[in-house]
Amino acid sequence: MNEPKRFTLSFRAALVVYLAIGVLFGIALTMSEALSWYRIQEMFRFQSMHMYGIIGSAVATAALGLAVLKRAGLRSLEGSEISVPPKVLGRGTRYWAGGILFGLGWGLVGACPGPLAALVGFGHTIILVPFVAALSGTWLYGRLRSSLPH
Amino acid sequence: MNLLNDPWPWYVAGPIIGLFVPALLIVGNRLFGVSSSLRHVCAATVPRGVEFFRYEWRRIGAWNITFLVGIFIGGWVAAQAFPGAGQVVVSDAARATFAGYGVTEVTGLIPAQLLSWETLATWRGALMLIGGGFLVGFGASWAGGCTSGHAIAGLADRQLPSLIATLGFFAGGLVSAWIVLPWLVGV
Repeated sequence: MNEPKRFTLSFRAALVVYLAIGVLFGIALTMSEALSWYRIQEMFRFQSMHMYGIIGSAVATAALGLAVLKRAGLRSLEGSEISVPPKVLGRGTRYWAGGILFGLGWGLVGACPGPLAALVGFGHTIILVPFVAALSGTWLYGRLRSSLPH
Repeated sequence: MNLLNDPWPWYVAGPIIGLFVPALLIVGNRLFGVSSSLRHVCAATVPRGVEFFRYEWRRIGAWNITFLVGIFIGGWVAAQAFPGAGQVVVSDAARATFAGYGVTEVTGLIPAQLLSWETLATWRGALMLIGGGFLVGFGASWAGGCTSGHAIAGLADRQLPSLIATLGFFAGGLVSAWIVLPWLVGV
């Protein structure tokens, strides 16, 4: 079998692409206002459908994209086979307990990790504080991981 | 509607955000998610012998850290190049709630009256900024994902763990928005 030589992105070239995709995502977070404390509060107080519309239509679009990709059985540009590994449920403790803690923080500071980065880039230097705090939270989780239920 | 001058309505923003899931899979079979990059940053800077941070972060996480840097730059680009960015107009009901919190100036993307370098020196501001940020990082790491990885990519892939995590995000957010925050601002 003579397979045609396929194009593959090198590790470094792929990083440039990820950077560009990140820039587009940062722009999308800003222009959709999903990074705004006001929009997050409005969502949790059921005062607008804006965020529900965004998340709902994003999930629907992503699901459609996933269905197409799974059927197509393609290789990625970096060369690996495209597959989405299932998440391990286990006892499920980590999902609800970690999820609730995350939600408590999300409702206070009004931004999740992506929006935190975009807000700093937008010029809100004060958001460096919750960003570094999120890094500390991640670090402490890593430190305590073996004694936490998952 | 002009995508440069006006904020994007949900039915434009949502599908665009959803497309990042297949896009990252096509480029390198990467699963859309931001919070893992926090772990990679820890692994790259202060692993300190913690097992959770001992892995080949370059091979596994360089893409994710680069993606995070891109998001930061994207926020900057939007601020510079898009005249319509950062002028949030919320519903009247939300405006009334914010007024009850003492937020009379609903301008920009975040309320300067609650989240600023000045308020950081108050216990209320410190709790929101430091406590909120800390819980976002700790919770996302424990749950194995945040809004992007669980509520968008995981739900789109119909993963039960992601549904549980998303319900947790929402439950926690409701408690903060209806109980903790009103108590913090002294309503």
